[in-house]
Amino acid sequence: MSEPVSALMGAAYDGIVRVEECGLQGMITLRGDLASSRVIAAATGASGQQMPGQRRANVTGQSGLCWMSPDELLVLVPHAKVGDKLAAMTKTLGDAHSLAVDVSDARAMFRVSGANAREVMAKLAPVDFAPGAFGPGDFRRSRLAQVAGAFWMEEDGSFCIICFRSVADYVFKLLKVAAQPGSAVGVF
Amino acid sequence: MLILNCPYCGVDADETELAAGGEAHLKRFGPGSSDDELHDYLFTRENPKGVHLERWRHASGCGKWFHAARCTATLEVFGTYKAQVSGPPQEIRDAISAKRPGWSWREFS
Repeated sequence: MSEPVSALMGAAYDGIVRVEECGLQGMITLRGDLASSRVIAAATGASGQQMPGQRRANVTGQSGLCWMSPDELLVLVPHAKVGDKLAAMTKTLGDAHSLAVDVSDARAMFRVSGANAREVMAKLAPVDFAPGAFGPGDFRRSRLAQVAGAFWMEEDGSFCIICFRSVADYVFKLLKVAAQPGSAVGVF
Repeated sequence: MLILNCPYCGVDADETELAAGGEAHLKRFGPGSSDDELHDYLFTRENPKGVHLERWRHASGCGKWFHAARCTATLEVFGTYKAQVSGPPQEIRDAISAKRPGWSWREFS
């Protein structure tokens, strides 16, 4: 087996915020009726997290649950454990009408941290990032300039961003431009 | 800029996050229908100045299709509602009637 590597090999940039690629992250897409007990058991069992509410993410370290749509969750697990977790989830789901797929290698993940993190994000996504409107644990699927992206806010005020691996370079460059020294707007 | 509230994820999504899906509540005429019915189903569309019912997709968000009732002249949005209906629900009709008394659109009023 070849060794798995992340899209940008952990590239990082320091501007008005710190932008870094997070490296390998296990991700499992889970679709189904989010009220179904089997789907809930599979999701919470694999991640060790509570079910998230609408547009919320419950993430600790490399494990978490993100609300993607009324019938879809993104299950975050450590990359090395994706195979085992997926097998356990499939077993738990049984014959419930659902779908669980390993999408780890189709995605890239970034972290934007620092006092100006909200500003950098607000330059790229059509989302209200005001402190009262978007806080820790809030999750949004939206776009970053011209490509799809999803992000949530961590307890420390930093953002985690997930995008498709094929556009990882584009997203990293976007974030670098948005984080250029001297480009702070001071709106938040 | 249009801002529509997605009834599935609750986001006030702006136009750049959405994809337009054309006219709402089309009734499909397929095999067994007359040539005129098929022609109208394929080609005849409402093009009103005023109240209009449309389909939209929250493309850069939750990915769901939904319906929107809005005014093409003022861009005022009367409301959005879910896709699993064949006509606007009563609260949407009431909201339109409050602003545009006597409105009609195809068979709805």
